Amino acid sequence: MESNTDILNSTLIASTLRLSTPLILAALGGLYAERTGVINIALEGMMLAGAFTAATATVMTGDPWIGTVAAIIAGLLVGLLHAAATVTWRADQVVSGTAINLLFLGIPALLSGALFDSTGATPQLARSQVLPDLTLFDQSRSPLAASIFNQKPLVYLAFLLVLLTGYILARTRFGLWMRAVGENPEAADTAGINVAQVRYIGVLISGALAALAGAYLSIGQNSLFTRNMSAGRGFIALAALIFGKWSPVGAMSACLLFGFAEAISIRMQGTVAVPNQFIQMIPYLLTMIVLAGFIRRSSPPRALGTPYVKD
Amino acid sequence: MTMRRLTGELVYPILAVVAAFLIGALIVLLIGENPLTVYWLLLSSAFGLYDALGNFTWDNWGYTLFYATPLIFTGLAVALAFQCGLLNIGAEGQLYAGAFAAAWVGFTLTGLPGVVLAGLAILAALLAGGIWGAIPGWLKAWFGSHEVINTIMLNFVAVGLVSYLTQVHFKAPSDPIMQTEMIAEKAALPRFAALLSPFGIDFPARIPLNLSFLLALLAAFLVWFFLRRTSAGYELRAVGANSAAAEYGGISIRRQTVLALAISGGLAGLVGVNEVLGYRYRYYHDFSPGYGFAGIAVALLGRNHPFGVVLAALLFGALNRGGLFIDIFTDRVSKDLVQVLQAIIILFVAIEVLFRRGVVRMRRLLPVRQTRQGGEIH
Repeated sequence: MESNTDILNSTLIASTLRLSTPLILAALGGLYAERTGVINIALEGMMLAGAFTAATATVMTGDPWIGTVAAIIAGLLVGLLHAAATVTWRADQVVSGTAINLLFLGIPALLSGALFDSTGATPQLARSQVLPDLTLFDQSRSPLAASIFNQKPLVYLAFLLVLLTGYILARTRFGLWMRAVGENPEAADTAGINVAQVRYIGVLISGALAALAGAYLSIGQNSLFTRNMSAGRGFIALAALIFGKWSPVGAMSACLLFGFAEAISIRMQGTVAVPNQFIQMIPYLLTMIVLAGFIRRSSPPRALGTPYVKD
Repeated sequence: MTMRRLTGELVYPILAVVAAFLIGALIVLLIGENPLTVYWLLLSSAFGLYDALGNFTWDNWGYTLFYATPLIFTGLAVALAFQCGLLNIGAEGQLYAGAFAAAWVGFTLTGLPGVVLAGLAILAALLAGGIWGAIPGWLKAWFGSHEVINTIMLNFVAVGLVSYLTQVHFKAPSDPIMQTEMIAEKAALPRFAALLSPFGIDFPARIPLNLSFLLALLAAFLVWFFLRRTSAGYELRAVGANSAAAEYGGISIRRQTVLALAISGGLAGLVGVNEVLGYRYRYYHDFSPGYGFAGIAVALLGRNHPFGVVLAALLFGALNRGGLFIDIFTDRVSKDLVQVLQAIIILFVAIEVLFRRGVVRMRRLLPVRQTRQGGEIH
């Protein structure tokens, strides 16, 4: 028999998974760019681009899967923009990221005004048009597990991608290239690796994953796009990436922690034991502390932020 | 500065703005409006001296300068840090710290005479922003953690902190809006209506342009003076130009890092002076539409020079003013076009190398004597 606390805990676990998912997807996105040496503070803008594209494409076709694919394409395009600006034209990576963030604060609002005559939101989707829930366990045999693992497919995908990314980084040739290019591009170049190409691929994957995180927000967790709906999650994902020392499992753990904090803060709303604002600050404060090495030092890939110029 | 150097400094920013407007025009066309109409609306509502009926009006310039004021402060903030080789993405958080501190002084120390109170409130904005900027400076100088990440993180911490202070401690109990109580009336900075009336100029009192604008210009001059005419400013720039050489020359990089980000944060904090002491007379939560981030664009476009920052802020202020009219007078284009234009401007300024290549090619096609002017191309 399950008690009330079991149900309470299972909903807390379920909502932690739900809330961590966009963070995990975006943090993995950040990882692919940064492990190749390109700073990506544009995760926020890429998420917004994905969220808006997903919602718009779903409104137009009625199919959330087409919306998801459209979001990925949008993410690849934004990634291409960031890669072209920073790798080919050697723009400052932080400045380019800032511009992309501003751009996708404006573009969805501009387009939604023109397409849907609204001030920054897309029309509400019908329940049948958002991504479906997928139950992994049999309701009658293990009701507790069934209630926790009744999530959008992107939730499971996020965790699978963590494993896949870990595998790619550690065991594949492309992962080796990524690490080489992110740590020592000169040596990588000498060894015959095409530094620019690897960075392009990293930033493109980064855009696609961040956009997928956005799609999860607009057509998974919610059923429409609203202005600035990522609300800083791109930056929390970046924080998680740093907190997790730029490793897939580390970043995932940080995302789960931050997702749990968010779940708690939603749960505690109104009860005011600790002000909500302080709980929301946790990811940011922890990141600063870790970055400074107060707990356990986290240092970035060595070539992060420096454009590579072939002599 | 010679004329030739001045044109050299101006040509890329102008190209970036023109390119951004061309892309903006394409977007407007795609949306289904006439870009010429939209841009005419933008410019005439930002700089026009006559209203629709042909009467003289201060409204357009008045609001353009009012919107430019916070951007001068944040633009200077970013530019000054940049001169020391630091990227301050945290002006947004620093300006919230400054605004709240100014308001707190304004509604707490109400027993003081007006001038003293206003002066203290300005000082509080400067200090609060400065402290908020000094933290990432200190973290960088002593722990080596990157200022970009820390300034971003501190943006969120600042907003959370002032949100908490407003909501829990300083909000009028019955007020449904997230804002503090009003500051003492005597702490308010005079608006241009009051400043100009002794000269017989009839400036409308409804336009919130106030003393802060002159303060912003003064700040620009002081930043220029500090950077170009004092040895402290020289040391700061030396670190930005070549930190290894500066250190070899006996300059403490740690000290300059903290100092640059503290001054930078203080400048950003002064946005609170315009907002609280000049405009709303209280702290109103979430008031900034991203002044801190726009400041990055302003600084880049102004080539990190204080006077360039003022010009760039003027352009962005004009865009913000004109954006409101686009919202009202076109069917399909919204004021968000302005944000998109600003973003594209940053991108183009950042990938200036594109234009450089273009200009170099153009020069190759011109007679030989022109090539000597291409000296700044590396």
